[in-house]
Amino acid sequence: MIIQGMAVPIPGDDIDTDRIVPARFLKELTFEHMGSYLFYDLRYDEWGGRCSHPLNDPAYAHATVMLVGANFGCGSSREHAAQAIQRAGFKAVVGVSFSEIFSSNCQSIGVPVVLLTPDDARRLMAHVTASPHDKLTLDLTTMTLSCEMGPIAINMPASRRQAFLTGHWDGLGLLMSNPDEVKAVANRLPYIQWGYG
Amino acid sequence: MSSRTLYDKVWDAHCVRQLPTGQDQVFIGLHLIHEVTTPQAFSALREAGLSVAYPHRTVATMDHIVPTSSHVRPFVDAQAEAMAAALEQHVKDFGISFFHSPQTNQGIVHVLGPEMGLTQPGMTIACGDSHTSTHGALGALAFGIGSTEVQHVLQTQTLSLNRLKVRKISINGVLPPGVYPKDVILAIIQQLGVAGGLGYAYEYAGDVVSAMGIEGRLTVCNMSIEGGARIGYVNPDATTMAYLKDRPFSPKGEAWDRAVSYWQEVASDASAMYDSEVVINGSELEPMVTWGITPGQSVGVSGYMPLVEALPIEQQAVARDAYRYMKWVPGQPVKGTKIEVAFIGSCTNSRLSDLQVAAHVMANRRVHPSVKALVVPGSFAVKKAAEELGLDEVFRRAGAEWREPGCSMCLAMNPDRLVGDQVCASTSNRNFMGRQGSPTGRTLLMSPAMVAAAAIEGQVVDCREMVS
Repeated sequence: MIIQGMAVPIPGDDIDTDRIVPARFLKELTFEHMGSYLFYDLRYDEWGGRCSHPLNDPAYAHATVMLVGANFGCGSSREHAAQAIQRAGFKAVVGVSFSEIFSSNCQSIGVPVVLLTPDDARRLMAHVTASPHDKLTLDLTTMTLSCEMGPIAINMPASRRQAFLTGHWDGLGLLMSNPDEVKAVANRLPYIQWGYG
Repeated sequence: MSSRTLYDKVWDAHCVRQLPTGQDQVFIGLHLIHEVTTPQAFSALREAGLSVAYPHRTVATMDHIVPTSSHVRPFVDAQAEAMAAALEQHVKDFGISFFHSPQTNQGIVHVLGPEMGLTQPGMTIACGDSHTSTHGALGALAFGIGSTEVQHVLQTQTLSLNRLKVRKISINGVLPPGVYPKDVILAIIQQLGVAGGLGYAYEYAGDVVSAMGIEGRLTVCNMSIEGGARIGYVNPDATTMAYLKDRPFSPKGEAWDRAVSYWQEVASDASAMYDSEVVINGSELEPMVTWGITPGQSVGVSGYMPLVEALPIEQQAVARDAYRYMKWVPGQPVKGTKIEVAFIGSCTNSRLSDLQVAAHVMANRRVHPSVKALVVPGSFAVKKAAEELGLDEVFRRAGAEWREPGCSMCLAMNPDRLVGDQVCASTSNRNFMGRQGSPTGRTLLMSPAMVAAAAIEGQVVDCREMVS
């Protein structure tokens, strides 16, 4: 599996999902408009004016890879954050570390979340800032990221990587394929037998 | 001789099979749902013309968008009303139990589950909400999921998951007076970091946890996710059994005896092996206050906000972000920080024992004239119990507002929110930028006693100086 595209650097660690999509936008019944709310309160001031933010910078207008720091996507489980990133046109997120729930949400909708060492992340962030038009190539088969800087080793938990390589990133098909086996497990659980008093 | 953790035992009992990806397919014993993260999942189910596989294993309530001034319908906010109406339609059409009134009980999903006895040891519990880790206090493996995963549970009652490592955190000693479970978990996150728990489930143990009531354990497990751990749990013990006895959904009669033996069996073995172990001396803890924009940026109340250059290098950038946002001066004492709003509530600290502690501090005192104070019970059951004890009168006489149950000012999806750059002393779980509803609002996380004390004095004070 290969993903190619220009990258936008979103510097900073511990960027939480409230920052990625503020809670007031979660009152919508669908994910349809989430792309336009991505980092909303950092991109716009209270009168709707544009603030200085990489996502408002024309140099990154065509970026399809998001480059981030450590513990990205921490906090709330809102899938709206992953949806916003995908619907704003991003195909992969590359960073130092990610919250477990955010990673799961990205996997569910087919956005690979790829790991770099802190040093490589720092170098790549500097490179992309200096050369916004360089195209990155992420290869999940060889686990390398290539760009003008040269190849960089990337990482991913084995099962998540396998899910993408086999096309099973949305596990629903697999989960639906064995209802009898599921029922057998349920029937063995003592609390299913006694039910709710 | 078995040497397995509760995590191992419960995971293995619920594992259906290993998937071709290497992830495990895990059966979900209890699925809790609320109005915000489910409409997308139900819509997908309807589009596919499918039904809910195990409707009796899903339970619904409404909490995030509910106005706490009045639950009367229709809600003034048209979006909130649409969200409520959608949930009502879905639970009706798919045959799901719904707790939605003072009579049936209604409240914050993580308050409701345990107090109704729905949450039980040895279960797997999933909910489209990161604070699902709360339920681990009763010895369940409970974790937050996204909306696509909610759909997976509705359709199959299973999820594909990666097995986590387990870290045992022993809090030994005895908590000094004025130090509460909230301070314990804030101290743990401060020490291990907000990313320290990535890839781990946290098992809380030690003298302090053994001596702690279930409501305190719920507070500790609730904030596991703020330390990066998707799951936090406490092994079931006599305190757990006593708590669950005679709850509305607890097993009764002969089933109770079978339940107790299962619950005892799932506890971690004395010889269990852990991937990591941490020991914390509870006797040395003091009331904690956050000063920054992550729950890990906290200090003891007698301490000072850190100098950026004194922090480990990897924490310095976020500390600079925090000072820019919070507008404090590095090195200033945390005590004396002026507050404008005091919020007592949320899935972290809205249970009866939390309200009792806050009421004890506020009794026969007045909220500072420059402070707006809000007390929001976690559920109708909590509200009723508090009113029977006269706590509502204590709060009202002190000048605080006594509200209807809901998530309230924790996350600003309802009318309760900060304005401008107001500073709020809050018993909630997140001090993220903009979390409480104003893009410039500032949150200081503390225990209920500390928030009550701050409300009275109009500034951060040491709660230990206000009660004997």
